[in-house]
Amino acid sequence: MNDVPATHSWRRFTPAQRLARFTVYLAIVAAIVTSIQTVEIIPEFLSDAPEQVADLLRRMWPIDVAYYPKGVHAALMETIHIASLGTLLALILALPVGILAAHNVCPFTPVNLVAKLILVSSRSVNSLVWALLFVGIFGPGALAGTLAIAFRSIGFVGKLFGEALEETSRGSIEALAAAGAPWASRLSFGYWPQVKPSFWSIALFRWDINVRESAVLGLVGAGGIGMTLDSALNLFQWNRVATILAAIFFVVILAELAVTFVRKRII
Amino acid sequence: MVTSTAHRLAVLRPNRWARLGALLLLAYVVYATAQMDVSWERVAAGLHNAAHFLNRLFPPNFSRWELLSKGLLESLEIAVLASTLGIVLSLPLGFIAARNLMPGWASWPARLVIVSARSFHPVIVAIVFVKAVGFGALAGILALTVASIGFIGKLFAEAIEEISLKQVEAVRATGASFMGIVAIAVLPQVFARFIGFCTYQLDSNLRNSTMVGIVGAGGIGGTLFAAFQRFDYDYVCAILISIIALIMIGEMVATYVRAIFIDGMTFAEMFHRRLSALGTRPERRFDDE
Repeated sequence: MNDVPATHSWRRFTPAQRLARFTVYLAIVAAIVTSIQTVEIIPEFLSDAPEQVADLLRRMWPIDVAYYPKGVHAALMETIHIASLGTLLALILALPVGILAAHNVCPFTPVNLVAKLILVSSRSVNSLVWALLFVGIFGPGALAGTLAIAFRSIGFVGKLFGEALEETSRGSIEALAAAGAPWASRLSFGYWPQVKPSFWSIALFRWDINVRESAVLGLVGAGGIGMTLDSALNLFQWNRVATILAAIFFVVILAELAVTFVRKRII
Repeated sequence: MVTSTAHRLAVLRPNRWARLGALLLLAYVVYATAQMDVSWERVAAGLHNAAHFLNRLFPPNFSRWELLSKGLLESLEIAVLASTLGIVLSLPLGFIAARNLMPGWASWPARLVIVSARSFHPVIVAIVFVKAVGFGALAGILALTVASIGFIGKLFAEAIEEISLKQVEAVRATGASFMGIVAIAVLPQVFARFIGFCTYQLDSNLRNSTMVGIVGAGGIGGTLFAAFQRFDYDYVCAILISIIALIMIGEMVATYVRAIFIDGMTFAEMFHRRLSALGTRPERRFDDE
């Protein structure tokens, strides 16, 4: 708005913006430098890394294919069951929480805040930590893994579902309300058709993530292929480790393909 | 009238395929639950256990705070260095993997590297690196670098593939070199999203750096797992509280960095916004993995 003097030099950012950016740059550099200086890295370990990798590959090859039917297959199936049942349980639990978190569906701010607190605490705890807690409660096994997957996923599904609900258009809901439809009918005929595609897409996305995550839960005793992996690692049976890793890789790729296929067909 | 009634009934009538799907799903749940030998007795026993377990978790025991803060600091260092390395490596890789800038013979190998970096959970990658470079933070750094390459590389390549080619055309018409086109026409279009991916990945690396210690790759995870195996539950609780606090601080810092670089906010504006909008949390753009 002011008169611009002829000698004015144009700059993209204001001094305050430059200060903010500069501070971030400074903080990044400081963080990297202090990290490099203080992190404990043993140079001897680094120098013989190529040798160790060569040794690792030599021990892994040939992979123990014969071990797959007797030791890996059942555990792999258990992993998939953990991921699927955990996702289903999370969907069931996350639906009400997501609804309570959406301000337009549930117009009570304290309830929204409580629901959001549930979602945030579910997301802030890693699934491995959830697994540790459930192993402590239920003992080692697939039950702990399933619950860990479910509890970690509630936050993810609930948050995204709540956001999808908040983005719905008011039109059809107002029409239903004007016709005297009760809350439940508004939910199932007004909101649900609008959020159905995003709900299924969130579910598929989370299942895909859960297949990856359930493969490591066994490392803390929560069932699935991770337990087989852990025992093979502890016994230094590297050719079995290679078989297990190959199996996990295969399942992860298959899950991703399946999700892409279903998403194209349904959504 | 008749048609409209029929139509309304058709809307209300449950979909046959949806019913079949629900039935199949139910059958699967029954089958899978049976496979996993989950029984009500077990659940009931567990619930009985839960009270006992929670009793032992609380109150948290912070008496060994020196070991705790050492582990947390190492996790932080792992996250910082892994993010730095990952960002530096995934920049060129993302460029090479973008199919609109590169010929197929260059982009396919890069895409293959990115896909394989993504396919394993960071903790599994950490196992392999623990064997390769020994126990300690270095294995964690390398494992999370791989994870960062998988995530940033993929999204960065996709962002480049979505750019508008008009600017590229215009800059090319001036006779700019390839690097000139990249610097002037491509980078400015994807910079904001790149910052978003990087801050997100820093956040995600921080979460995972507290976990890779379970397999011996440094950070607080090792302390956590050891305390858990010793049934030292009040210490476990202290560690968990500290991890959650660290992750929440990390999330906050990531939000601020995004505000500064993407929205061009200044400190004064951020302060005012914080005052005026207490209670409404800034939204995150992704959620991990």
